[in-house]
Amino acid sequence: MATALTVNNPELVHVHNDHGHGDHHHKETFLTKYIFSQDHKMIAKQFLITGIIMAVIAMILSVLFRIQLAYPNTAFPFLQTLLGRFAPEGRLDPNFYLSLVTIHGTIMVFFVLTAGLSGTFSNLLIPLQLGARDMASPFLNMLSYWFFFTACIIMLSSFFVQKGPASGGWTIYPPLSALPKAMPGSEMGMTLWLTSMVLFVASQLMGGINYISTILNMRTKGMDLWKMPLTIWAFFVTAILGVLSFPVLVAGVVLLVFDRSMGTSFYLSDIVLNGSVLPNEGGSPILFEHLFWFLGHPEVYIVIMPAMGLVSEVMAVNARKPIFGYHAMVYSLIGITILSFIVWGHHMFVTGMNPFLGGVFMITTLIIAVPSAVKTFNWLATLWRGNIRFTPAMMFSIGFVSFFISGGLTGIFLGNAALDINLHDTYFVVAHFHLVMGSAAIFGMLAGVYHWFPKMFGRLMDEKLGYLHFWLTFIGAYLVFFPMHFMGLDGVPRRYYAFTEFESMKQWLSVNTFITWAAIMSALAQVAFLYNFVSSIFFGRKASQNPWNANTLEWTTPVERIHGNWPGEIPTVYRWSYDYSKPGHDQDFIPQTVPFSQTLNSNLPHDFEDDPEVEKMQTEWLKKNSPSQEVK
Amino acid sequence: MAQFVTDNKEKLNLQPQKFSMWLFIITSFMLFAAFTSGFIVYSQGSTDKGIKIILPHAFIFSTIVILLSSVTMYLAFRSAKKLQYDRQRQYLWATLGLGLAFFCLQFFAWSILVKMGVYLVNPNASQSFIYIFTGVHLVHILAGLILVISSLIGSYKNNPPVKNLFRLEMTSIFWHFVDILWIYLYVFLLLNQQ
Repeated sequence: MATALTVNNPELVHVHNDHGHGDHHHKETFLTKYIFSQDHKMIAKQFLITGIIMAVIAMILSVLFRIQLAYPNTAFPFLQTLLGRFAPEGRLDPNFYLSLVTIHGTIMVFFVLTAGLSGTFSNLLIPLQLGARDMASPFLNMLSYWFFFTACIIMLSSFFVQKGPASGGWTIYPPLSALPKAMPGSEMGMTLWLTSMVLFVASQLMGGINYISTILNMRTKGMDLWKMPLTIWAFFVTAILGVLSFPVLVAGVVLLVFDRSMGTSFYLSDIVLNGSVLPNEGGSPILFEHLFWFLGHPEVYIVIMPAMGLVSEVMAVNARKPIFGYHAMVYSLIGITILSFIVWGHHMFVTGMNPFLGGVFMITTLIIAVPSAVKTFNWLATLWRGNIRFTPAMMFSIGFVSFFISGGLTGIFLGNAALDINLHDTYFVVAHFHLVMGSAAIFGMLAGVYHWFPKMFGRLMDEKLGYLHFWLTFIGAYLVFFPMHFMGLDGVPRRYYAFTEFESMKQWLSVNTFITWAAIMSALAQVAFLYNFVSSIFFGRKASQNPWNANTLEWTTPVERIHGNWPGEIPTVYRWSYDYSKPGHDQDFIPQTVPFSQTLNSNLPHDFEDDPEVEKMQTEWLKKNSPSQEVK
Repeated sequence: MAQFVTDNKEKLNLQPQKFSMWLFIITSFMLFAAFTSGFIVYSQGSTDKGIKIILPHAFIFSTIVILLSSVTMYLAFRSAKKLQYDRQRQYLWATLGLGLAFFCLQFFAWSILVKMGVYLVNPNASQSFIYIFTGVHLVHILAGLILVISSLIGSYKNNPPVKNLFRLEMTSIFWHFVDILWIYLYVFLLLNQQ
């Protein structure tokens, strides 16, 4: 007993001390419990709720610009009421349209699918599934959330400045972003965007360092790397990606700030602005694209890999089967991580890049299809002949795989340097990434919310509303994004305010109207989720300790979610987390905390990792018990 | 059992924090890797790009100063291990002084660059990069100096030796890192000067 317990946080010592003396609660004020909390579960909830609020805001922004696309010639007085000077006479201002597109992208990619997804589930699940009392540095963890929160506020505050928010696209390419006079959004709005993103990167680095450090140093006894659930593996490689790539964005942004405010020419050259020639000479905007996409491409994997991990776990639990190809799943995650650093050039095929270099980036890009396909086939094989329980979380996981396949296939077209000349910056790209990383990642996140809701709030979400939410969102997302492929193939460019005014693209107006109504429908479907989420926190059905009959460690903690996670000793782990429906066992799941000595009926030679002594004991036991057990 | 935990309070596991420091160093390193790669991409753009000057000798002096400060930091750490607190303080003060001297020397080097006509605002941004490298590195030096000061303050308090040593170890890891970082940047600049 003396060695089994490790304490990582002096505060916890107090908690346990209190428990030992029969006191009920650690002295916590409202402020330390709900606001400046250092408890990883509370921080996870803070990330989740902030993420959901940001997602709703970004979704409303998308509905606003969809209205413009569907009805370019109609005035909507309510828009003026809502947006004031940004929608004079009920029609969106063209510059504000660009702001909407920019901020929608920024919030969704960074604030929802990076911080909202990784922040929530890494914080919640890393200590719980590894058997740790808290993160390596709870203080840094708290700081990470508050940097994120400040970044959110600054980003949103840009809607209240005179010239409106940043509007150069979420990729903020110079010279648009580097010259305050280039467009209204490049003034104060862009400054706020850059400030917000610097804080955001700081938050992500603090989080990522904490995740890696916790995973490598604070696993409970018996939890070796190959016994970790795939969720943890996914969070682990995601954090590594973040730590290696976010600093590169900072480098790009530092140079951009110098160009904006100090008059340097890292990115600027030969520019005539409003009829006057700018003094900047010799810079190269392509340099920014290199620096941006060196982060930007790993970023899309930072978005999708946690979702992959969550989905793998939810699928194994609800198919009542071990995940198919556990090792292949891990190696493919590692493969994606490594490859993601050498493919950024595929965003830059049309920048005048050397065609030979383009060919290299094309090959590395297409190789990513291999680990991605490994993962996809493994998910399908996990479902194959499983004893599937269609919980809402499971539905969203299956939806994730569907989006990942249909969005991933178009990636093969776009990764091709020759085809990209035609498809670059068209709606084909919009369709591709909204399916493969937007919808897929958000479905992974929703699967996680439905599945781990009992671990966060001690209650279950309503299933019927969950199904309603799933079907409307699933169908809605396909109706929105699928037609965009055809628009893209026809050459319709993205980010245009009113492209249907062009004679050659006029025919797309009806499709635009259709997409907008589909988008409104899927936006309304989220009301079902929001209602379900909020009401279940307070009035949901009380959850039992292990509502899904899952194997992982988080379901051995008490429902009350105490500080320090486990009331007594941290449990020891004896097996991997995927012993579902193991033949010979009387239940269809064996938690990781059950030693092999208690499951002699179901042990397989494979379980003993070639330890001859244990194998001998097992064979002897089988011989002794074979008449009654009928072991084949 | 609760009692047991309290009794072993000093057995706090400091390993994860040290590990986090190394991870932070990796992120810093990536930042500079990005800057230097950016420099390469930019300078290869055309033949009239590149540093095109001989770097001021002030950088040689600052290199010597920061190398010395690494030595004094090492000596401070060794004294702390031997529980010789007076010597630890002396060496830390020396490190602090050398760190400040480095700071001043870098500013001095900038002033020489300005006299040579090599400005930050420059159509040849390869030369602007010199300021970016040294400037962002100075931000790291500043962070390192704050760490040195905090271990210095800690050494005057009556902290338990474990805590004192741990704090000093974190400081010295970071300080050696900024030293090595400067050598990397300086060698990188030397290889590209002409």
